[in-house]
Amino acid sequence: MKALVWHGKEDIRCDTVTDPEIQDPRDAIIKVTSCAICGSDLHLFHNYIPGMLPGDIMGHETMGEVVEVGSGVDGKLKKGDRIVVPFTIICGECDQCKRGNFSVCETTNRKRHLAEKAFGHSCAGLFGYTHLTGGYPGGQAEYLRVPFADATHIKVPASIPDEQLLFLSDIFPTGWQAAVQCDIEPTDTVAIWGCGPVGQMAIRSAVLLGANQVIAIDCLPERLSMAEAGGATTIDFESESVLERLKELTDGRGPEKCIDCVGMESHVMASLPDTLLDRAKQMVMVESDRPHVLREMIYVCRPGGIISVPGVYSGFSDMLPMGAFMNKGLTMRTGQTHVNRWTDDLLHRIEEGQIDPSFVITHTVPLSQGPEMYQVFRDKRDSCIKVVLRP
Amino acid sequence: MFHFSNIVRTRGDPKLVAGGPSLKRPEDQLARALGWFSIGLGVVELFAPRRVTETLGMEGHETLVRAFGVREIMAGITSLSVEKNAGLWARVGGDGLDAAALLSGLTPDNPKKGNIVLALLMVGGIAMLDYRAAQDTRPRRPTRDARRKLYPNRSGFPKGIESVRTAAKQIAAHAAGRT
Ligand SMILES: [Zn+2]
Ligand SMILES: [Zn+2]
Repeated sequence: MKALVWHGKEDIRCDTVTDPEIQDPRDAIIKVTSCAICGSDLHLFHNYIPGMLPGDIMGHETMGEVVEVGSGVDGKLKKGDRIVVPFTIICGECDQCKRGNFSVCETTNRKRHLAEKAFGHSCAGLFGYTHLTGGYPGGQAEYLRVPFADATHIKVPASIPDEQLLFLSDIFPTGWQAAVQCDIEPTDTVAIWGCGPVGQMAIRSAVLLGANQVIAIDCLPERLSMAEAGGATTIDFESESVLERLKELTDGRGPEKCIDCVGMESHVMASLPDTLLDRAKQMVMVESDRPHVLREMIYVCRPGGIISVPGVYSGFSDMLPMGAFMNKGLTMRTGQTHVNRWTDDLLHRIEEGQIDPSFVITHTVPLSQGPEMYQVFRDKRDSCIKVVLRP
Repeated sequence: MFHFSNIVRTRGDPKLVAGGPSLKRPEDQLARALGWFSIGLGVVELFAPRRVTETLGMEGHETLVRAFGVREIMAGITSLSVEKNAGLWARVGGDGLDAAALLSGLTPDNPKKGNIVLALLMVGGIAMLDYRAAQDTRPRRPTRDARRKLYPNRSGFPKGIESVRTAAKQIAAHAAGRT
């Protein structure tokens, strides 16, 4: 089959690889009908996250049709079922899964010793996302083996097209969880850093959850225009001061809730010296992440407020203002997304027509053009916000 | 066909059969080569500055050579990173500094001035490569004033944003009434 394969920094190729096989009775194989490139795939494209090996198949936003099931799938899935595959692989029966903490499932990371060394504990296995999280082949391919398939799936109806459902795999529940974690109240201002795909979903989620005001921060006109369309007031950080504008828009109080949809690769800009220093330290490998957004959020957030971090961080961040964080009594909530905790509700909202996540798609191309689209998406060429690939 | 990456694959996972084309361009390879060259030269300058000054008949300038070594290493690391273009332009600037320093040693009484001329020729050649690589690897991000598509109609709310806001208010009022 064809698959997008990681070969090193900025080197993803559309290779021919052997078809996946059932390895365990709980496996299923799907024929991929749609998959997407995620912002967090760019961290791998840039080789910022350790643990990728040449030959790894990319992709964790996938949906398709079940073509083969193992003997242990127990009637939960059958040939011909149409499913969206959550990016977190879950067993459904461990203590964490039972609590709904799916992204920290205790069973599914088959290389848990690596994660335990790096993080102290293992997290769930993830598709196409380094050997720290199991080294599972990803879904930017014609076929995908879904491990623990009896639990790791979202069944979807035939009546709704792929584009509206695909993002149940990651970015929609990720933006949603980020907003839910904020305990939004009707009087709240929610400020969202980053208007990439997750940021766009977080904006819609905050509106759906009844925030009084949603403020979105980015520097790209196309992304800001999409944010505004979703109900956000926008700040262009290249031409305006984020701190001043946020003060203005909240009568000096600061936003009660802040969401970081940027993560470890924050924009490097000469007028923000901390970002230059972070980048230099990152190059010589004394700091892994560039936490400019975290610093800014802690500084502007209203005392007693909540900071929610769906953005991906990989290792160590320097100079976080813990003094401000502690004295202002802030709460930080973060985590990979517990996808299946939210997807029943979100699927229902899509079916009801409350939301149509396909608004974010700007490019749909065949799988073989994937390698180029990584570059287009990274360089933000052609007003690219979200790329869907069709195998 | 044998592919090195296949030996680390977990049994049963897809294995590479035939590689597709890489989008790496010749200028990317050149940038990489220059990056490693920069680091190599930098290490020599940083740790064996005396050998450099002796070869050039410029004894006494070891501190300067060390500083140049640090500069080379930094530019090299940057040239190997995602921001390779910045690293390559730094190298072009560095080539100018190198040439200026070498010229200052090109005095009639320097017994090694032949070596300096050779070094100058080398710097000139490398500078041309640096300049070409820097030109060819310019970032392809659109500039700030480039024409863009805007998405003012993509709310994502099929029933309109006002209906979403009204529904959220009703839910909040309902919840407030219950408590
Ligand atoms: Zn993702
Ligand atoms: Zn589990």
